[in-house]
Amino acid sequence: MDACRVNLSYLLDPAHWEIGAAYSIPTLILAHLGYTVLALLIGTVVALPVGLYIGHTGRGSFLAINAGNAGRSLPTLGLLMLLVTLLGLGLLPVLIALTVLVVPPILTSTYAGMRSLDRRVVDAARGMGMRSWQVLTRVELPMALPVLMGGFRSAALQVVATATVAAAVGLSGLGRLLIDGLAVNDYSRVLAGAIVVAVLAVLVDLSLALVQRWIVSPGLKGTD
Amino acid sequence: MITFEDVVKVYPGGSTAVDHLSLELPTGKLTALVGPSGCGKTTSLRMINRMVTPTSGRILIDGEDVAGRDEAALRRGIGYVIQHAGLFPHRTVLDNVATVPVLLGKTRREARAAAQELLERVGLSADFAKRYPAQLSGGQQQRVGVARALAADPPIMLMDEPFSAVDPVVREQLHREFLRLQEDLGKTIALVTHDIDEAIKLGDRVAVFRQGGRLAQVGTPRELLAAPSDDFVAEFVGRDRGLRGLSFDSAAGLPVRPVDGLLLDDAGRPLGWPGDDGPRDTGGTFTKDDSLRVVADLAIRSPVGIAVRVGPDGAADGLVSHHDLADYLAGRRS
Ligand SMILES: Nc1ncnc2c1ncn2[C@@H]1O[C@H](COP(=O)(O)OP(=O)(O)OP(=O)(O)O)[C@@H](O)[C@H]1O
Ligand SMILES: [Mg+2]
Repeated sequence: MDACRVNLSYLLDPAHWEIGAAYSIPTLILAHLGYTVLALLIGTVVALPVGLYIGHTGRGSFLAINAGNAGRSLPTLGLLMLLVTLLGLGLLPVLIALTVLVVPPILTSTYAGMRSLDRRVVDAARGMGMRSWQVLTRVELPMALPVLMGGFRSAALQVVATATVAAAVGLSGLGRLLIDGLAVNDYSRVLAGAIVVAVLAVLVDLSLALVQRWIVSPGLKGTD
Repeated sequence: MITFEDVVKVYPGGSTAVDHLSLELPTGKLTALVGPSGCGKTTSLRMINRMVTPTSGRILIDGEDVAGRDEAALRRGIGYVIQHAGLFPHRTVLDNVATVPVLLGKTRREARAAAQELLERVGLSADFAKRYPAQLSGGQQQRVGVARALAADPPIMLMDEPFSAVDPVVREQLHREFLRLQEDLGKTIALVTHDIDEAIKLGDRVAVFRQGGRLAQVGTPRELLAAPSDDFVAEFVGRDRGLRGLSFDSAAGLPVRPVDGLLLDDAGRPLGWPGDDGPRDTGGTFTKDDSLRVVADLAIRSPVGIAVRVGPDGAADGLVSHHDLADYLAGRRS
């Protein structure tokens, strides 16, 4: 490999930042974020209710703990290839593979957040006359939010980094820069892809940190 | 009135927490449930609002079995102050207090306005309203806990060691405020404590529990001090129950001797007892409204063994020596 051919030229070339162009960096970012948000959405819809149910009732906690471990050890790229052979090319196998990635951290953290609650406060809520779902939505969920958001943020980071696999099965996203760059030995393009993915991950985490500040009660942030 | 009818609670695992309890908690009165740790006080309390289900027996509120009531509705009608306050950490003090009124269908704004007033009633100024529980001291948290239980103005209050997490000085203050509040409100209260002094001070009636969840004795504080039913109760109310029992006796009927030998000012107010280096302090005075315990204490502390009574104008109007007091008590006994 010729080292002097790896530089920031691809990243800094204004032509690659043209809005709306089919292969421009903004377009790839948009597609990348699209996969990320969809996977997080589906993952949350699947994992959050299950985690809340397990945490609220205490039933099936083995599921929350083991799903976490099993999910973490699945290689996303391998799973994706398997899904493509089963389902064919398309968005569906990518979304399934990414969802499998985000479910474990969300499930485990929801459960952990619910279990870490001060049971006396939950007891007080019942003693005041809250019904079961009121206890869940007005007391348990808000109190579990700090831990839950921690899990959600780590899921988001993982999925931003891993959504590059979409390009491996012919879809868009920042993975295109990596795969196409490698294919034509354009290492500056690969570098551009890596840098944009890293910056995107940081930005996503920062915006989620802001969301967390906004939705978590100040009463749970310790005293200052 | 709250009635326990032969109530038994055996927890899974086999420990009997409450053993054949029959007890009445009269309407508008404070009944203190007291006893050593683990004797089933909390369990008994929590069976009233169905947080615990009895193994057998019934609990009636004004004749109606609580087992037939909707759980949540029942609990909204009963104030509950939890051991260690149990405040919601994610809600402001104001919203903690507004909890039950909101559950009962009040708008948040109405409930908050009422909560604000209640906070003042329990001795917390308006600037506490926006704080979170973590920003309060233990005593302040307990006040909020009491306010939260009072918020929907329930006729019944269950209080589980509501004053336990504070130092004796603050507890004393909370007791005073609480008694004043109860005088106004006249709630039917079940108050759990393991502190017999607290039970005697706050309770209109005191139910003493013993290990194994059995009721040892129930009666007014005075009855308990004067006639403990057995050694356990006698031991539990303490060796100084004779002296403590005097707090229930008024000094109004106590005969006094004429004021003699005491140094007085122009208005007849006591200056002290004559001594070599000028007047010696009397150690305080009592009035007809004080208890015999106050008189006994004054007689003991007085440099000459004599307690001084004063009238409404502060002028000395009688003397009682500790011999007089002993004679009076002996005469009363026979
Ligand atoms: N949920 C439970 N499961 C099993 N046993 C319990 C449970 N709650 C209480 N017990 C047992 O029942 C007995 C009575 O407990 P309870 O909490 O009513 O006592 P208490 O008089 O309130 O004690 P304390 O003064 O320490 O609060 C104890 O022996 C306790 O171990
Ligand atoms: Mg208890």
